[in-house]
Formats: sequence, C-alpha cells, structure tokens
Amino acid sequence: MNIGLQRIHTFAVKYFPLVILIAIWELLPALGIVSPDILPSILAIAVALIDLFASGTILEHMRVSLFRAFTGLGLAMVFGITAGVTMAWFMPVRIVLNPLIQMFYPMPKSALIPVVIIWFGIGDASKIVLVFLGCMLPMVVGTFNGARGVDRETIWSARSMGTGDFEMIWRILLPSAMPEILNGARTALALCFALLVSAELLISRHGLGFLIGNYNEIGDNTRMFAVILIFALIGYGADRLYLLLRGRTLAWMG
Amino acid sequence: MDGVGKLKAIGRRFIPFASILVFLTVWELFARAGVVIPYLLPALSTVLAHVYADIMGGDLFRQLGLTFYRAMTGFFIGAVIAIPLGIMIGRFRFFRWFFDPVISITNPVPKVAFLPIFMIWFGLGDVSKIASVILLVFYPMVIAAIGGTLSVDKQLIWSARSLGASERDLLRQIILPAALPQIITGMQIAVPLALIVSIVAEFLMGGEGIGGKLLFAQRRINSPGVFASIVEIALAGAILIKSLEYMRRRLLVWHPETKLTTA
Repeated sequence: MNIGLQRIHTFAVKYFPLVILIAIWELLPALGIVSPDILPSILAIAVALIDLFASGTILEHMRVSLFRAFTGLGLAMVFGITAGVTMAWFMPVRIVLNPLIQMFYPMPKSALIPVVIIWFGIGDASKIVLVFLGCMLPMVVGTFNGARGVDRETIWSARSMGTGDFEMIWRILLPSAMPEILNGARTALALCFALLVSAELLISRHGLGFLIGNYNEIGDNTRMFAVILIFALIGYGADRLYLLLRGRTLAWMG
Repeated sequence: MDGVGKLKAIGRRFIPFASILVFLTVWELFARAGVVIPYLLPALSTVLAHVYADIMGGDLFRQLGLTFYRAMTGFFIGAVIAIPLGIMIGRFRFFRWFFDPVISITNPVPKVAFLPIFMIWFGLGDVSKIASVILLVFYPMVIAAIGGTLSVDKQLIWSARSLGASERDLLRQIILPAALPQIITGMQIAVPLALIVSIVAEFLMGGEGIGGKLLFAQRRINSPGVFASIVEIALAGAILIKSLEYMRRRLLVWHPETKLTTA
C-alpha cells in the first residue's frame, strides 16, 4: 500500500468512532426516537448555520466574543507573566503577593460575574475584566513555579559573568520557565472561554453566549444548537492553535 | 535558640498574613473614605456583619447545602461513570479505539456552552443542574484514570500475569493502587469544579442555593448581600479544597509521595 493511502486508512480508523456517534445523532430524530425539537438533526443545524453566516448575524457576535476573550486573556498573560517572574526574582514582591494569590487562587471566578456587572456594566468591560481576573492567576502561578525552578548553577554562572536583573529575567528566567508558562496559558485559554460564555449567557446584549441564550429563550433550538456548535469549534480550534504554537515555541528545547 | 531568633521565627510565621491584613484594611478604609458609593464597594465590616447574620439566621447552611447536594451528587455520578471507563480505556484496546478520539476532541470544548441544551432536555430543576455538573466533572476524572492506568509499570503487570493473576486480581491489586494517586488528582480537580458548575447552573437556571442567593441579592440591588455571598462561596471553596488535601494524605499514606511531603 502506498503511504498516502495508508495515512487515509489510519485516519479513517482513528476517527470512525466519531462517525458512529454522528450517525446515531442523525438517526435519533429521523427515526422519531426523540423529537427534533429536543435534538435537531445535523442537517437542520447545518442549514441554520449557513443561514446565520449568510445573514451575517453570527459574524458580529463572534467578533464581539473573540474581542472580549482575547483582550482579557492577552492582558492576563502580560500582567501574569510579569507578576510571576518578578515574584520569583525579588523576595519582597514575593512576600507581598504570594499570600494574596494563595487566598484568591481557589476562589470560583464565576461567582464574580455579578460583581463585575455591578462595577463595569453589562458591556465589553465587565467581560474583559472577568476573563482577565480568571486567567491571570494560572499565568502567575505557572510563571512563578517555572521561574523558581531554574537551575541555580545557571543563575550563578550568569551572575558571575555580570548579568544584571533585567537581563537575568529576560534571558534566563523567562526562557527556562517557558514550558510552565505555556501550561498556565493552556489552563487560562480554556478558562477564558468558559468564563466568557457564562457571563454572556447570564447578562449581555452581544456575543455568542448572548445569542445562545437568546435562541434558547425564543425556543429556536436548531439555531441555538448551531451557535453552540460554533462556540465549541472556536474553543477546540483555539486549543489546536495553542498546541501548534507550543510546538514551535519549545522546538529549541528539543 | 536565643531570644532574637525566637522573635524572628514568630515574625516569619506572621509574614504570610501581613499582606492579606493590609489588603483587608485598605478595602475597609477605601470603602469608608467615600471615594466610591457604598453600592459599588460596601465596607468589609458591613459585608462581614452580613455574613454573620447569614450564619446566625441558619439560611446560609440551607442554601449552601442545596448547592453542595447538587455538586456532590453530580460529582459521585460522574466519578462512577468516569473512573471505571477511564480504567477500561487504559486496559482494553477496543475501548481506547472508540473513546480516545471522542474524548480528545470534546475535551477542549467550552462545556458551559452546553448548559442551555440541558435546560431544554431536563428543565430548570435539580436534574438539569446535576447533569451539568456530571458533564463538567467527567473529563478531568476520565483523563486522570486513563493516564493512571496507562502509566502502571508493565513489568508489574507481566509479573502478576506470570504468577497466575486473573484480570480481576490484576485490577484490584496492581492497577487500582498504582493508578490511585493520579485518579485522586483528577478527583481533586473535579470537586471544586463541581461546586463552580453548581453555582453557574443556579445563575443560569435560577432556583435556590448559594448561587441563587447571590443572584437574588444582585437583582435586589443589595450589594452587601452580593459581597457576603462571594465571601461565603470563597470560604466554602477553601474549606473544601483543604479537606481534599487532607483526605489525599490519609488515603495515600502508603504512597511515597506522602512520605516526601511530610518528611
């Protein structure tokens, strides 16, 4: 067998279980086992999707959601990495920040949704702040643990060659901490979509979460399933993209 | 140890609490200074008085109890499905072939987005909330059980086999004990998650419970009530996580990791 065919064969065997599940999904409403109101057929969902994209309804909400998620996540990464590495390198910063982080880390961030709404209203700001607060802690903790784990010998050698604080952080601590920073980033990525959709479902006037909730309220279940599917694909796609970037970033480590 | 050393040692014990104390003091003073209206940030003392009244009124424990009931029921059902399934996926090729792609593709999906589907399927009551918890806690536990089972030393399995161990002996005497630390790690992730999902489900579906109480306070523009609920949730969560750490040490007394951390 040539290699191309073999690849297709492996791929088909690997993903065949998904085909079975999709077939069961398609058959359940078709055979009348469950009502299509409760589980719309995949065909109907696909038609609804095309319609949502063609009319442009979903694009606007998608833009809003992605903007909120990635602004919050981006801010969390910048602040989280900075705080984590400063905590690892400067003892006074560690003494001040560590207890606060330990106190806030186990707290369920979704419980803050009503507070960020009180503070920042129901628009973009409250969602961005929520995502920022939720994603910052895994970034801080990942960076801190990574930077604390750096080989002492490496630090001593760098010191003996006259490396200053800034250069030490930039050229030694951050690169060595990269694997753990990226682990924190994966947690943060998953958390950012979960927090965003919770907040948008609860109180919002834009975004994919709002759209899901809206179709749920007016009873348009096919469209609701369609938007949920898009949101699921965005979450899945973001994780795949992360894995790709992670591979590239860590390639030098071998 | 001389007197100064003793003092230093005592000082070191209190250092961890210093910044928390400063944080709480700043909160109180900032709120009292009237920079922002009390609706935006009620004083810490007001919030604590509210928490105290909730505890004394007895209502808090009823609401927390409801939330914990849903979280724990969902957690146990999830564990009963996820852990045996994970072990089977780790042990048997057929299970691995079927479930591995399904789990690896659905895992990174933000599952909270599926809660409205449960609202259609199961209504707005306990069933819907417990189903939401089950969906969310399933993943960390099944993944931990698969990882734990796959990481069992092959030599151990081969030796047991050659000594005539049946599949059942193998499971009970080799695989389960060896995979237990990882499975417990999965459960440690799942329990706080169960609490969070239970609260989010109350936000979205309404009904009583600590999340419902929080949302009710917000709708009544009772911001001390909102902050008090958050403090209560944070405390309940912290107690839960601490007791899980304690249980882990008790359950894994025989395991090398416990000796490492206590020595």
